[in-house]
Amino acid sequence: MSYIKPPFRHPDLPSNELGYSKKDYEGTISTLCAGCGHDSISGAIVQACYEMSVEPHRIAKLSGIGCSSKTPAYFLNNSHGFNSVHGRMPSVATGANLANRDLLYLGVSGDGDSASIGMGQFVHVIRRNLNMTYIVMNNGCYGLTKGQDSATADEGSLSKGGSTNLFQGIDLVGLAMELGASFVARSFSGDKNQLIPLLKAAMSHKGFAFIDIISPCVTFNNNVGSTKSYDYVRDHMETLGTLDFVPYKNEITLDYQAGDSKAVQLHDGSMLNLHKLNLEWDPTNRKSALEQINQSKDKGEILTGLIYIDQESTDLHSLIKTTKQPLNSLTEKELMPSLTDLELINEDHR
Amino acid sequence: MSNNTIKINDFVIRFANVNGTGSASANTMFALSIFRMGVPMTAKNVFPSNIQGLPTWYEVRVSEKGYLGRREGVNLVACLNPQSLAKDVATVMPGGYFVFDSTKNLHKEFLREDINYIGIPMMEICMREYTDPRMRQLFKNMIYVGALATLLNIDLDVLNGVISDEFKKKPKLIDPNIYAINLGVNYIKANYDYPLNIRLEKRNLVGNKIVINGNTACGIGAIYAGATVAAWYPITPSTSLIDAYGKYASKLRIDKETGLNKFAIVQAEDELSAIGMVIGANWNGARAFTSTSGPGISLMSEFLGLAYFAEISTVLFNVQRTGPSTGMPTRTQQSDILACAYASHGDTKHILLFPSSPKECFEMSADAFDLAERLQTPIIVMLDLDLGMNDHLSEPFEWDENRIYDRGKVLNTEELEACVQYGRYLDLDKDGISYRTIAGTHPTKGAFVTRGTSRDEYAKYTEQGEEYVKNMEKLTRKWETAKKIIPEAELYQSSSNHKIGMLFFGTTLYPALEAMDILKDQGIQIDAMRIRAFPFTKAVDDFINQHDYVFVIEQNRDAQFRSLLVNELDINPKKLIKILNYDGMPVTADCIVEQILPNFESILA
Repeated sequence: MSYIKPPFRHPDLPSNELGYSKKDYEGTISTLCAGCGHDSISGAIVQACYEMSVEPHRIAKLSGIGCSSKTPAYFLNNSHGFNSVHGRMPSVATGANLANRDLLYLGVSGDGDSASIGMGQFVHVIRRNLNMTYIVMNNGCYGLTKGQDSATADEGSLSKGGSTNLFQGIDLVGLAMELGASFVARSFSGDKNQLIPLLKAAMSHKGFAFIDIISPCVTFNNNVGSTKSYDYVRDHMETLGTLDFVPYKNEITLDYQAGDSKAVQLHDGSMLNLHKLNLEWDPTNRKSALEQINQSKDKGEILTGLIYIDQESTDLHSLIKTTKQPLNSLTEKELMPSLTDLELINEDHR
Repeated sequence: MSNNTIKINDFVIRFANVNGTGSASANTMFALSIFRMGVPMTAKNVFPSNIQGLPTWYEVRVSEKGYLGRREGVNLVACLNPQSLAKDVATVMPGGYFVFDSTKNLHKEFLREDINYIGIPMMEICMREYTDPRMRQLFKNMIYVGALATLLNIDLDVLNGVISDEFKKKPKLIDPNIYAINLGVNYIKANYDYPLNIRLEKRNLVGNKIVINGNTACGIGAIYAGATVAAWYPITPSTSLIDAYGKYASKLRIDKETGLNKFAIVQAEDELSAIGMVIGANWNGARAFTSTSGPGISLMSEFLGLAYFAEISTVLFNVQRTGPSTGMPTRTQQSDILACAYASHGDTKHILLFPSSPKECFEMSADAFDLAERLQTPIIVMLDLDLGMNDHLSEPFEWDENRIYDRGKVLNTEELEACVQYGRYLDLDKDGISYRTIAGTHPTKGAFVTRGTSRDEYAKYTEQGEEYVKNMEKLTRKWETAKKIIPEAELYQSSSNHKIGMLFFGTTLYPALEAMDILKDQGIQIDAMRIRAFPFTKAVDDFINQHDYVFVIEQNRDAQFRSLLVNELDINPKKLIKILNYDGMPVTADCIVEQILPNFESILA
């Protein structure tokens, strides 16, 4: 059921550095099921954008098709959104980004949208290192078509109807690592404390930032025996470390013991302070991060947190050497060759 | 054996080559020499789906009268390919000539009494002159070009000028190539009577025309139109369109201060992604395009529907070819008419443009971007392989340097500020076109979520049937608006109206006009109209209504264009007579006349 959200807010609602209150980052009321993990993620996005003091209209939110892809309507009302075609958000985001490199691109997808129908586009957007944050709201099932297993459902996971999933699950985090993604994280919709700083870090990262967020489907995949239920995820979550996001304007102080903390500078000057719970892991080393993923897989754990970050990452625009000025702002003056040029072309063909 | 009539500037030459042997550039130089002698010519490349080894043919038709369509009946075959020799001997018209490599004797089964054989020991000459096998191969091409130049009376100064221009950037190659040309020239002079009865004479019939293919013209058009994003997936015969855009962009679109690109080209993972990128870029305010062919249209269809419903400007070039698979698809056809006109699911219709010449490719390419943004919908420019990949004689390109891009109804920051309540899909001007906004324009106004359907005029989510209907009616109004601004059909007739008409589009123009002349010589007068865009305008409807019968000429099996006319204009199908060609070769005037005549007799009876 959907409702109109009342426009009234407390007059003393605090505002961020730009003078926007949290209300300015909200969306319309969700039409997803009560208790859906996706709604918690939408809430975290609102909170992260508010705290980061991003101008809402400088964000573009894009999605494919599915429950997850409906969520861009439920956050950032002052941002342009595009609810596109099933599995094809990455291409639309690529085009949008090529047109205007100055906006922040937030892509929202689901496990069906990214790991099945859109697998090709997911793979190739990583390969191009598009400057965007790519969120997969991963619930292991197709919600809008009533609960079929998705490609990320774990082998042996039990569906609500009692059938066992026979096929190996696709681990999008492992895949993104193998493909060379420049920022890879996993989180849980039920862990806002972890998710919000991760979202901020992802949005500050230059290049492709991927967050796989386990987001239980309360209606079709929250039963005993499912490996994507709230209970199962809480019981099997293993965190690599906790994360503080320090915007670049704040003074950066490190008061953690060397050895169990690591400071990572982001492209925009922000800082990530990682309190490592696992001392063998170096988040800036792809090999070390892959090792952690493999170890946790063997132990049957769901590894969460920031797993890998490439501080030197660039993006597609740097690779193809496009001008710094957004292409969509160029006019006749910059784009139209002269008549002399055309006469030379004619002459070349005589 | 020898036909005594001398044919000046009116014949067809066919080269039979092996793919991948460098013959294409030699053949092009041959054709360009004829053009530079001031004589109209048209060249068709018949190539296999292969990089090296399979047979390939190159046809040059020379026509003093300026007929630029293909013609059956080859006057001279230059056969450089033993694989296709039997077939090539058979294609020569009686009284014609067969030029071959006589290093080895021709088997007697290939000897015809009614044609002339001209043997040139090309390989023998090459073995004697060159040691490097690759040189032997490449210069062999120049030897036969030199020989043909002498046989056909091509001005050697003109030919040498073409060679000098061709190797402008590698001047060291000029002299060796001219040397090889002379090997051919000298052999003919020493061994044969020349020139042949088919021959060239200098004329001044091409004016300031240019020789260029349609794909290149479209690529250049996209640059002048301000297109900044090109996303594509390789597919013959459309690949060279993006290649041309890239080639000219890297000359004309580099920021002088920074050396950075004022354009972005992305080779996508497939056609779905290519069109997705184009839609995303257009949605975000850049002019973006893709080019593809039939299979790509199939893959892009879902997205095309989204762009239609969500009202996003999109420019797509479809260089049509024959149906699925590999092989025949390197041949031409006009067989994606229905697939493009109604591409996608739900009630969708798309605007199609049908250029006929490279100049029109250039202009329609530029106009497509204006139309797409004005109408906020996909525009599909329908070329075919013949137009896209073959060199055509064309009027030179013209451009208005004061041209302002028509970005359509886009609200800027000030306009949004003045807006009381913005509604993305409101039809304020009653022309079916709403005002759009681009991300990042205003902090608090103009943002909305773009969706295919399920929203009201303010882009708010709704599943109300009446809102859907309201929007579909708005799209219908937009379709009517489109009819007023798309390119109008052109008439090719004298003032007197006749009872019978013919309709055609695209590359069928040239053979159709020639067919009109042939029929006229037989006392049959036909009116003619070339359609340049879909939807069909009132002028098209009027033309059909004014005639008792109309021949619809098209290059596909199912008379798709005719179906579109019947469906969209509510025409009695019996009135529209199919004239079809779909063997993969460009349609000829003779083919049209042969199909028209029997019909004509029955109509008159």
